[in-house]
Amino acid sequence: MNTLTALLASGGPAQEAPARQMMAFTLGYHILLVPFGVALPFITLVMHHRALRKNDPVALLLARRWSAVMAVQFAVGIVTGTVLTFEFGLLWPKMMGTWGDVFGLGFGVEAWAFFLEAVLIAIYLYGWRRLKPWTHFWLAAPLPFTALMGAFGIIGANSWMNTPQGFTLDSSGKPVNVTVQQAIFTPMFGPEYWHFVAAMFLTAGYVVAGVYAVGWLRGRRDRYHKLGFCVPFTLAAILTPVQFFLGDNIARQIYHKQPEKFAAAEIVWNTGTHVPEYLFGRLQSDGSVKGGLKIPDLDSFLAGFSAKTQVTGLTSVPADDRPTTAEATLVHFTFDIMALIGSVLIPLALWYAVYWWRRRDLPRTRWFFRCAALAGVASWITVECGWITTEVGRQPWIVYQYMRVSDAVTPTKASSLWTTFAIIVVVYLLLGGAFVGVLRMMSRRWRRADLGLARRTDEGPETDTPYGPRPEPAAVAPGSSGASGSSALPPDPGTGPTRGGTQ
Amino acid sequence: MTAGVVAWILLVAVAAYACGGGVDYGAGFWDLVAGGTQRGERPRWLIDHAMEPVWEVNNVWLIFVFILMWTGFPVFFEAVFSAMWLPLALAAVGLVLRGAGFALRKPTTRLARRRLYGAVFAVSSLVTPFFLGAAIGGVASGRAAPGVTASAEVWANSSSVIAGLLAVAATAFLGAVFLTADARRFDAPDLEKYFRLRSWCALVVVGVLALIGLGTTHRHSSYVYHGLTHGLGLLLVLLSLVAALATAGLVVGKAGWARFTSVAAVALVIFAWGTAQRPYLVPTSLTVQQAAGATRPLQWLILVFLIAIVLVGPPLFLLYRLDTRGLLEAQTEADVEGGSTHPDTPST
Ligand code: HDD
Ligand code: HEM
Ligand code: HEM
Repeated sequence: MNTLTALLASGGPAQEAPARQMMAFTLGYHILLVPFGVALPFITLVMHHRALRKNDPVALLLARRWSAVMAVQFAVGIVTGTVLTFEFGLLWPKMMGTWGDVFGLGFGVEAWAFFLEAVLIAIYLYGWRRLKPWTHFWLAAPLPFTALMGAFGIIGANSWMNTPQGFTLDSSGKPVNVTVQQAIFTPMFGPEYWHFVAAMFLTAGYVVAGVYAVGWLRGRRDRYHKLGFCVPFTLAAILTPVQFFLGDNIARQIYHKQPEKFAAAEIVWNTGTHVPEYLFGRLQSDGSVKGGLKIPDLDSFLAGFSAKTQVTGLTSVPADDRPTTAEATLVHFTFDIMALIGSVLIPLALWYAVYWWRRRDLPRTRWFFRCAALAGVASWITVECGWITTEVGRQPWIVYQYMRVSDAVTPTKASSLWTTFAIIVVVYLLLGGAFVGVLRMMSRRWRRADLGLARRTDEGPETDTPYGPRPEPAAVAPGSSGASGSSALPPDPGTGPTRGGTQ
Repeated sequence: MTAGVVAWILLVAVAAYACGGGVDYGAGFWDLVAGGTQRGERPRWLIDHAMEPVWEVNNVWLIFVFILMWTGFPVFFEAVFSAMWLPLALAAVGLVLRGAGFALRKPTTRLARRRLYGAVFAVSSLVTPFFLGAAIGGVASGRAAPGVTASAEVWANSSSVIAGLLAVAATAFLGAVFLTADARRFDAPDLEKYFRLRSWCALVVVGVLALIGLGTTHRHSSYVYHGLTHGLGLLLVLLSLVAALATAGLVVGKAGWARFTSVAAVALVIFAWGTAQRPYLVPTSLTVQQAAGATRPLQWLILVFLIAIVLVGPPLFLLYRLDTRGLLEAQTEADVEGGSTHPDTPST
C-alpha cells in the first residue's frame, strides 16, 4: 500500500491519488465477480442440459445449487457495478464531459444487455418449480449471449480508451465528426475482447472446479463431486492453451499499438534491437534493471519472431508521457505473473487431458487436486494482474495520447475523496464478508443435507438467501413489487402481533 | 431534433427509475418506521415478501439515466457530477449499503444482527432517494450550471432540500400504495388498512411539500415555476393531481388499480418538470442543443434503444406473464438440498 501511494504521488493534482486508488479498488473488486457474471450461467446451463438429457438427478442438483449461488453473486455484481457508473462522474467528470459521446455508446449496449440478463435470470431462478423442464432450460439459453453482449460494451469502452479513434479534433480540441463504428471497433478491441472472454470462462471454470477439488481432497469422493469438478474443469482446460495464444496475440498487439505500454510490460528502457527479456526484475530510474532473470534477445524475438526486431523503449517519449519507473515495474510484474500463470496452467490441463484420454478417469493423486484447487485462485490473481497491466500500463493517459488522468480528475477536494474512499472500503469489506458468509452457509447447509442430517433448528426457514432458496410457504415471485402473482399465506393474524401503530 | 428525442428518452428513464426504484425505496421507508420488533413484525413480514427479488432491474434504470447523460449530453453529465458531488457520492454509498443490508438481513439468523442489517437497509432506503432528489433539485433550480464546483450552497439550499424530501415522500407514497395492494393479494385485511392509511398520509405530505416546493421554485427558479404554472406543464401537473386523488380513492377496495394511478401521478410530475424546463437541461444556462453530443452517436443511441426495446420487451412481458400466472416460484430448501422428500419437488 505504501509503495502504491509513492507510486501514485506523481505530481498531479492532489485529488488524483485518491481518485486513482478508489477507481482501482472498486474496479479490482468488481472484476473478481465478473467471471461468474459472464460464465456461470453458461456452466450452469451445460450442467442443466446434461441433467435433462440423461435424466441425471445429481447433475440437476448441481445446476439448481449453482443457480442459487448465481442469484447472490449477481446481486453483489450489480451493487459494485453501479458504484463504478457513479465513479465515472464522481472521479472523472472531464473525461466523460469531453469524450462521453464518442465512446459512451458501448455502455448503452452493455446496460441493455444487463437488463435482458436480469430479466432472464429472474425467469431462470424462479422457474425451477413450475415451468416444464425443457421450457425452463430454453428460456435461459440466451443468458450466455447476453453476458457476451455486456462484455462487448465494456470492453468496447475500455479498448477505446487504449486506442482511441473515430473522431477528429476541432480547433478548440473538442472531438467532432464522430464515426461510431470506428469508435467501437478500435484496434485493441478484437484482441482484448477475445482474451477477456476466454479469461472469464477459464477463471469461472477453474474456481468452480476448485470448490469441488477441495471437497475431493477432504474425502468427499462421490459422483456429485466428480461431476461438479469435471464439467467446469473440462471447459477451463480446453480454454487454457487457447488463452495462451490469445495472450501472446494481445501482447504483440500492444507492441504495435501502444509501444510504451509494451515497453513498460517488458521494462525496455532504450529503443533497440536484440532486446533481452527480463523475468521479473525492477526498473531503476536510470534505466538499469535490478534483480530478475535476463534472457538475451528473447524480447525482440517474441515481439517480431527475430532477434533483429526493433522494440520501442520507454525513453522514446518524454518522461511525462509514459508510465513512471515504479509504474513500469508494477506493470512488468503483473504482466510476468499473468504470463507465468497462463503458462503453468497448460501442463495442468494436459495432465487432465492425457489421463482422461488414457484411463477415462480423473487422476488419482492428491497432487492433481491440490493443483486444481490452486488453479482457481491463480486465475483470479491472473485476472487482477491482467487489468493492472492494461490500466497502469496506459498511464499517465486516461484516453491514450489524448487526455491525461490528471486532466480528467474531478475538481472536488482531495479530503472529500479520501473520506469517501475510506467509507467505500469499509462498506465493501462488509459486503464481501457477508457475501462469503452467505456462500459458506449455503454450502454448509447443503453438505449437511447431503449427509442426511436434519436441519439445525436455528437455521430454520428464516435462513433463506436473498434470491436463492426461500422457505416453503413464502414464495415470492419476481416482477414489480406487488405485481407478483404467486401468493403466500401470512402468519395467522390471531397469533402475530396484528395491530400496527396507528390503528 | 435528435438531441430533443434523446432528452425525452432521458426523461422517460428518469420517470421509470422514480417509479420502479421509488416503490422499492418506499418499502424500505415503511420498514424503517414500522416500529419495534414486536409491533413491526407483520408489516415487515409483508415488506419482506413484497420486496421484489429483482430489484436489480430497477437499478438498471438508474444506469440508463447516467449512460444517456454522458453519451447524449456529456457537458451536462460533467456539470451535474461536478456541482452535485456530495449528494451523488452519498447516494452511491447509500445504494451500496442498501444492497448490502438487503442481501445480509435475509440470511442472518441472529435477531440482533438482523436488526442491524435491517436498519442499514431501511436508513439507506431513506437517504438514497433524498440525495438523488436533492441533485435533481439542484438541476431544476439551475444551480448545477457548467463550471460550478462542488460546494455546500449548491445543494444544501431550500430547493434541493425540498426536492430531496419530496423524493422521499413520493417513494413512501408509492411504497404504501403497492404494499396495500400486496396486503390485499396476501389476504391480510389488517395490513391492508395499515398501509392504506399510510398511503393517505404520504399523499398529504407530498401535497404539502409540493406546495412549499412551488413556493421555493417561485423565488429561486422562476423559469421552472413559470413552466409548471402555464401551458403543457400546468396540464401535466393537473393530470398528476387527478391521478393522485384517484389513487386516494382506489386504495379503498381497488388497490390493484391504485398502483397504476400512483405510478401515473409520479411519472406525470416528472414529465411536467421536464416540460417546464424546456428547452433547457439546466435552466437558463445550458440548453438541450448546447449540451448535445455529436450527432452520429445520438442517432445510434436512439437506434440501440429501439433494438433493445425489441429485444428486452418480449422477455419482460414474458416475465410478468409467467409471474401473474403463478408459474414463477422460488426454489425451496428441499429443492437445493436434494432431499426430494418434499411433496412439491418436481420429479424432473
Ligand atoms: C485467467 C486469465 C488470464 C490468463 C491465463 C492470461 N491473461 Fe492476459 N489478461 C487477462 C487475463 C488472463 C485479463 C484480466 O482478462 C486482461 C485484462 C484486460 C483484458 O482485456 O484482459 C488481460 C490483459 C492482458 C494484456 C494487456 C492488454 C492491454 O493492455 O490491453 C496482455 C499483454 C496480456 N493479457 C498477455 C497475456 C499473456 C502473454 C498470457 C500468457 C499466457 C496471458 N495474458 C494469460
Ligand atoms: C470500461 C472499463 C474499464 C475497466 C475494465 C477498467 C479496469 C481497471 C482496473 C482493473 C484497474 C485497477 C488497476 C490497478 O489495480 O492499479 C483500473 C484502474 C484505473 N482505471 Fe480503469 N477501467 C475501466 C475504465 C476506466 C475509466 C473509464 C477510467 C477513467 C475515466 C479509468 C481510469 C482508471 C484509473 C485512473 C485507474 C488507476 C490506475 C492506477 O492505479 O495507477 N478506467 N481500471
Ligand atoms: C459481462 C459481465 C459483467 C457483469 C455481469 C457486470 C456487472 C455489472 C453491473 C450489474 C453493472 C451495473 C451497471 C449496469 O447494470 O449496466 C456494471 C457496471 C460496470 N462494470 Fe461490470 N460487469 C461485467 C463486466 C465488466 C467487466 C469485465 C468490467 C471490467 C473490469 C466491468 C466494469 C464495469 C464498469 C466500469 C461499470 C460501470 C459502467 C456501466 O455501468 O456501464 N464490468 N457491471
